[in-house]
Amino acid sequence: MAIFINEHTKVIVQGLTGGQGKFHGLRNRAYGTNVVGGVTPGKGGQDVEGIPVFDNVADAVRATGADASFVAVPPKAAPAAILEAAGAGVRFIVCITEGVPAQDEARVFATLQRDFPGTRLLGPNCPGIISPGRCNIGITAGEIAQPPTAGGRNVGIVSRSGTLTYQALFELKQQRIGVSTCVGIGGDPVPGTSFVDCLAEFQNDPETSAILMIGEIGGSAEEEAAEFIKANVTKPMSAYIAGVTAPAGKKMGHAGAIVSGGKGTAQGKMDALRAAGVKIGANPTEAAQLMAQIIAALG
Amino acid sequence: MDLFEYQGKQYFAKFGIPVSAGDVAHTVDEAVAISERVGYPVVVKAQVQVGGRGKAGGIKLANNKAEVLTHATNILGMDIKGHVVKRVWVECASDIAEEYYASFTLDRAAKQHLLMLSAQGGVEIEDVAAKDPTAIVKLHINPIVGIDEATAKKAAADAKIPAKAQDGVAAILVKLYGCFTKGDCDLAEINPLILKPTGEVHALDAKVSLDGNALFRHPEWEAFRATEELDDRERLAREKDLQYIGLDGDVGIIANGAGLAMSTLDVVSQVGGKAANFLDIGGGANAELMTSALEVINFDTNVKSIFINIFGGITRGDEVAKGIVEAMRRVQLRAPIVIRLDGTNAEEGRKILADAGIPTSRLMSKPTMLEAARAAVDLANGKTV
Repeated sequence: MAIFINEHTKVIVQGLTGGQGKFHGLRNRAYGTNVVGGVTPGKGGQDVEGIPVFDNVADAVRATGADASFVAVPPKAAPAAILEAAGAGVRFIVCITEGVPAQDEARVFATLQRDFPGTRLLGPNCPGIISPGRCNIGITAGEIAQPPTAGGRNVGIVSRSGTLTYQALFELKQQRIGVSTCVGIGGDPVPGTSFVDCLAEFQNDPETSAILMIGEIGGSAEEEAAEFIKANVTKPMSAYIAGVTAPAGKKMGHAGAIVSGGKGTAQGKMDALRAAGVKIGANPTEAAQLMAQIIAALG
Repeated sequence: MDLFEYQGKQYFAKFGIPVSAGDVAHTVDEAVAISERVGYPVVVKAQVQVGGRGKAGGIKLANNKAEVLTHATNILGMDIKGHVVKRVWVECASDIAEEYYASFTLDRAAKQHLLMLSAQGGVEIEDVAAKDPTAIVKLHINPIVGIDEATAKKAAADAKIPAKAQDGVAAILVKLYGCFTKGDCDLAEINPLILKPTGEVHALDAKVSLDGNALFRHPEWEAFRATEELDDRERLAREKDLQYIGLDGDVGIIANGAGLAMSTLDVVSQVGGKAANFLDIGGGANAELMTSALEVINFDTNVKSIFINIFGGITRGDEVAKGIVEAMRRVQLRAPIVIRLDGTNAEEGRKILADAGIPTSRLMSKPTMLEAARAAVDLANGKTV
């Protein structure tokens, strides 16, 4: 099992004919993901290396039975693309687009909550999700992820940062530790899916034995995760928080990565998670090593 | 992007929020001309993005031309907590009966907009929150519903703003919300929001922070970007469209991805070094982008070594390697590079670097982040690696 996706997930790529959509959509297919279609207005009837392209999401869903969408369109178009997918009945939407204004994200989130409560959005500005060996939606390099071992001890990963997610996958692979699912929730101020959403799923996923979490400065998502862990998560966890040395008042690359008014510091987040029983690594490698120890201790 | 008070007031005015008549002055002569135009008494206010202007002597009341001359002369060029005053805002002085506080932000935890309103304005809202949290009304607003005058008026009543001011406050709250949402603000704050003895309500200060991601639909923001307080390195990086933040160490940093770049700074610090900058080259690194990044790093004379930390996802390792080789042909680098390359097409990338014929004294490859950080810090400290 995996969380949110599995080997049966049928994916369409919104923006399949664009540079990013084509590159990563084809990589996802080559990985084994069921990429069943693409959507580009005005290009319906064409195909991208055998993947049929449709004018809109509704047509694509009707023709292919897709239940997930990979949104790879520019920031101006992303909010409408997400809502179009939700409107067409897509239940799981991954948006990798970086640079979506926070006001748009807030409106999209509120609209999904009101009109499409059964739809889950991952992102925007996220690397996507991979269930190694089964399904990869987004920009993760699949070859760096160790597939889970059946009946073995596997790790679930949830992260706010793309490249640190890859780092975590890579470190676990070095240690030959399988990954059940790796979810990149993205670094924007209003992520569609939160740490807490993923922790709840991992806690209930029989394939996941332990959870590795990667956070960063800004906001309070890690503190909320700590509260949730205290009350609900019994699986062992390790974590890493980026941005200990980040200066206050600066957006550190991610729109959501900012320490303001003394709030959202890496130290505060580490303290909160530590108090919830999470083992904290001083760098991504150490967090992965701590996870390796956790897995070893589980036997 | 944080605006200066004068820019914030100009932005407020666009959304119909009443502000005092005034203008911005770069010279004493301009300050006098504005004062003559708007009429005495006027207030001369230092334009710096730091709190405590008043205490530092950066805000003065002037009753006549002679006083404007004195105050503008003193304030222009004044150093307030390391910020040199380049401009003053000169506005018609207001009679103040009462001072309130109002702001809109995004509550990231609730994923909703947040109105904060208090009848205790004119002081830092954090101080009010610490002393008397009940004095601040916090109201969540659904972004697809917004706030109407009735809701705003109820919030004003809840905040114990007197009845005579409630309609005026409510009208401004609705306009401020329009500024916050349509104007793509991260923060829109009025402190103090004043009630005049004549009964009008009006914004006496403006604190506005804009969401850089929304620049594409606000061409008018270019004027704000032009006055942003950047150091020379940051200005060069801005020209080259790079996500760069200047720091004061000696290890130049280039990484792909914000999280990895932050983590790189942290790891450099853990092994006893100090980063000279934050630089996220994001996805799609190519020779052009890498050249630009290295030019900006090379411009910083404090840089003693360069740590390039790449983990391939969107950015492919072979592209990065080609980019580095080409960039090293174009830029005469003062400092040696330590690179750590992994992820998508990393092996191809490492091969390109190894085959490029660059001596290891100029370009060194390390397999892990920690080893690369140690090597970069050692090089910065003048040790041979």
